[in-house]
Amino acid sequence: MVTIQKYVRAQSLEEAYTLNQARQNRIIGGMLWLKMSELRIGTAIDLCDLGLDTIEETDEEFRIGAMATLRMLETHQGLARYTGGAAAEAVGSIVGVQFRNMATVGGSLWGRFGFSDVLTLFMAMDSYVELYKGGIVPLARFAAMKPDRDLLIRLIIKKVPGSFAYQSMRNQRTDLPVLACAVSHWGGRVRIVVGARPHKAVLVLEEALPEGGLTPGAAKALARKAAAAAVTGTNLRGSAAYRTHLIRVLAERGILALGGKA
Amino acid sequence: MMEIKLKLNGKAVTGHIEPDVLLIDLLRSLGCQSVKRGCETSNCGLCTVLMDGRPVLSCSMLAVRADGHEVYTLEGLTKEAEAFVGFIADEGADQCGFCNPGYVMNTIALLRENPDPTDEEILAYLAGNLCRCSGYEGQLRGIRRFLNSRKAQGEQHAE
Repeated sequence: MVTIQKYVRAQSLEEAYTLNQARQNRIIGGMLWLKMSELRIGTAIDLCDLGLDTIEETDEEFRIGAMATLRMLETHQGLARYTGGAAAEAVGSIVGVQFRNMATVGGSLWGRFGFSDVLTLFMAMDSYVELYKGGIVPLARFAAMKPDRDLLIRLIIKKVPGSFAYQSMRNQRTDLPVLACAVSHWGGRVRIVVGARPHKAVLVLEEALPEGGLTPGAAKALARKAAAAAVTGTNLRGSAAYRTHLIRVLAERGILALGGKA
Repeated sequence: MMEIKLKLNGKAVTGHIEPDVLLIDLLRSLGCQSVKRGCETSNCGLCTVLMDGRPVLSCSMLAVRADGHEVYTLEGLTKEAEAFVGFIADEGADQCGFCNPGYVMNTIALLRENPDPTDEEILAYLAGNLCRCSGYEGQLRGIRRFLNSRKAQGEQHAE
């Protein structure tokens, strides 16, 4: 069980950053994962007073604050329009509404969890994270970085014309995914991101749109390529071979769901 | 020790707590025994309360986070619950009863957000409430019967 000696609602990003430089201190997001740890936290740093619990939409981008909840991703109409429902599809099976009202976008991304639906979904988009000291970094690069003591302020999604689809396989509705797969088509290229391999999400395929478009035959061929390129592993939820098979199935379904749009 | 002020079931409350006290423990210490501890892994929904109108898991929230907010437990919403819990009981879905307070709290949240949900919307909204007795069909039938009955009453009033 986690223990906390002191709790501070930071009144500025600088205050949060300064407090977070001490190794025994921790930023608390939704606290859902952190709560189950055996950590002894000196100061729990809460970002809830910093106005980061919003999703701002402009003509160019979405700016999703670190304290925005997964439920906000699920119900935001602009995100639903832009992603063709993929955002709600990606988070809608994460435990329950109560959980999604608490789990934060910042916590989900900062953890770079292998099972993360959120990381998988957004890596298929033109996405960036804004770090307090590190500046704006492409999400894929952030996912590969080692955790440090910086602050994740927001996620930025550029509204490039595109289409998106999300597929996952779960042993049970509210469980962690056995495999997660986000597929997108933007900038003339098709991308396939695979998460819950069970390792963290990676872009396993990015190539130009096939000449004939996203036909059933092209979908099958791209899905097979993605399955061949992805490194999968075994854990209690499924074997590596099963996950590789799932990539073929889910990536193909995802590509067909794109429907050749964009 | 920290001092926090919140509105609990419509009344102003002051608590003196350690920083790592969970909301569930504060609420139970204040007499809200409907709030149950179940899985402690944020999965079962037994500890559901409404904070600023949104359902949250009190077993996974620091009590200090409720400072300045409004919290409702089933003790404060019995009237709203009475409208539909009889229908659930009539379908035999109350069973051992342990999951019921969390189930009822999340059903209240569902019906406030979506007064006329489809069966699929009911199942999706309540997916975070686990029940090891009923298999969920009884709850679904009960809520559906309540909604149908409410609709029929509304139509009668309209005539």
